[in-house]
Amino acid sequence: MKLYEYAAKEIFLKYDIPIPRSSLVSDANGAVEAAKQLGDVVLKAQVLTGGRGKAGGIARAKDATEAKLNAQRILGMEIKGFPVKKLLVEEYRQPLKEMYLGITIDRQAKSPIIMVSSGGGIDIEEIAKNSPEKIIKMHVHPLTGLHDYQARNLAIFLDRNKGVEIAGIIKKLYRIFIDNDCQLAEINPIAETESGIIALDAKMIIDDNALFRHDFKEEETNSLEEIAQKNGMSYVGLDGDIGCIVNGAGLAMATLDMVTQYGGRPANFMDVRAGANAEQVKAALGIVSSNPNVKAIIINIFGGMTKCDEAARGIIEIFPRIKKPIIVRLSGTNEKEGRAMLGKYGIHMAASTEEAAKGVVELGNPH
Amino acid sequence: MGILINKETRVIVQGITGKEGAFQTKQMMDFGTRIVGGVTPGKGGIEFQKVPVFDSVSEAVDMTKPDACVIFVPPQFAADSIFEAADNGIELIACITEGIPVHDMMRVCAYLKTTSSRLLGPNCPGITVPGASKIGIMPNPIHKAGNIGVVSRSGTLTYEIVDLLTRNGIGQSTSIGIGGDPVNGTSFVDVLQLFENDPETHAVVMVGEIGGTAEEESIDFIKGMSKPVITYIVGVSAPPGKTMGHAGAIISMGVGTAAGKIEAFENAGITVAGSPSDIVQQIEKMRFP
Repeated sequence: MKLYEYAAKEIFLKYDIPIPRSSLVSDANGAVEAAKQLGDVVLKAQVLTGGRGKAGGIARAKDATEAKLNAQRILGMEIKGFPVKKLLVEEYRQPLKEMYLGITIDRQAKSPIIMVSSGGGIDIEEIAKNSPEKIIKMHVHPLTGLHDYQARNLAIFLDRNKGVEIAGIIKKLYRIFIDNDCQLAEINPIAETESGIIALDAKMIIDDNALFRHDFKEEETNSLEEIAQKNGMSYVGLDGDIGCIVNGAGLAMATLDMVTQYGGRPANFMDVRAGANAEQVKAALGIVSSNPNVKAIIINIFGGMTKCDEAARGIIEIFPRIKKPIIVRLSGTNEKEGRAMLGKYGIHMAASTEEAAKGVVELGNPH
Repeated sequence: MGILINKETRVIVQGITGKEGAFQTKQMMDFGTRIVGGVTPGKGGIEFQKVPVFDSVSEAVDMTKPDACVIFVPPQFAADSIFEAADNGIELIACITEGIPVHDMMRVCAYLKTTSSRLLGPNCPGITVPGASKIGIMPNPIHKAGNIGVVSRSGTLTYEIVDLLTRNGIGQSTSIGIGGDPVNGTSFVDVLQLFENDPETHAVVMVGEIGGTAEEESIDFIKGMSKPVITYIVGVSAPPGKTMGHAGAIISMGVGTAAGKIEAFENAGITVAGSPSDIVQQIEKMRFP
């Protein structure tokens, strides 16, 4: 789960990481009020995607009039498909130097990794590619946590003269990373200003598997992705016309690959996960078929934890309401029972993933 | 004989009385696995599916002397179950549970280095040696004893491929799923090493997917192997995955895509199959050149 910049900065504040004074607003009047209090400000679109600056979602306003005009413009924007509903109005802080500080998980090393760069800002990925000497990475042992000396060494690399101040921020960000089950905690840029080191931006991504032990509130969007997630499944919308429902992410990807190989274009990725029951399969069919682009649906279940008769029961419950052709492949646990149930309803059946993939492409493109 | 387990392997089930634990215990018993006991805190003293249930792994170990355990405990408690198994000296721990927080898994993996336990998974289907034993959740009827080692990051895709091999008369020495989570216990290289040293295994099928670098990391090892390895990578048609901010992009530097993995294998001269049925064809080519 990605956090908004303002939400991440609220956490920074709790951990005493310096951030600019700010106010969160949702209309132009709010921006005017905030600018009157804060003076020279920066208006920042609150959207869960990168590239806000390049899209024009960040603007400086030196007075209330400028704040109003910019707020009106940015609040009407859509950035990479995300409508801007909120603005963070922050006091402007002149950066003397911009740096980068990020903590993520190194899958290979199975440990947190801290990265810092003396060059920060929007082009950090370019710096990583072209001037790797400007970046250093340091692993942290998961059982000992971050040692003071590690934070000191990273800080010295960034700015020897501000070593103590920066080391303190690194230690706090690491604490945030651990306490909040982060996949990413990032400050880009972390800036040196007249009055000290300050976090100008904040990005946090929380491990979805750990949300049960935190109280982050997810925004209701009612997207198919979200409905799927609430049902314990994962859904990713794509731009084709073949609806796909599969148990297991690996088999789901293989199924999409095969649909593509046979000339079809998947409308979605959907993993109903191991152990899916009838209700989940039914919900999955409802979600996938609600996409108006979908012309035909492939359901590919290889039962291990998932039982084929359960899946069949879910399909049968909703099948009469689905006005699109469906082809089903059931193998594995209780496959005989499942197939027998579907047989009575005249649903298209396939014996393998490849056969089902070929079949669904034909059903979607009748000649 | 296959790798890691055989028909003598004594297994306890953590979470034996739960819905999945109960169902899968029965399936494993039907397969011929020597299930010797189970653990569910608070349910100790009862007998379940003809084996004794204990309140703790410690009691189960004292009474049943297991070599391995399999974990069906919900994700909130699964890391604790792995620690409990390792602290009681269980050599092979197969964790089926999906959805364990990644921070928990980092701590678990770091801790396991200080023990002699091997963790398989989490979020994995387990291991099957046809004709001998099965620990985990792979469907019983799909296996056939033979000489192909199968290793995969996926669950159901493993079943798909094992089933297809069996239907084509190609038996397996061992089928093993290492799990799909970003941080897990046993790597592709660990399993490839075991297959390389296993006289029953003549060739290996390795099934990878997008994300991470687990596949790329195995290339150097595969090049040094005496046995042929056929790889299959899924996710060619998948959209670019979620990038974990800039930090993720910096770490991965463009690796992790299916195209990148396939190219890396092909450049190293390793066979890449285009589909499950192509895996079968590649194996048949090796047998009957």
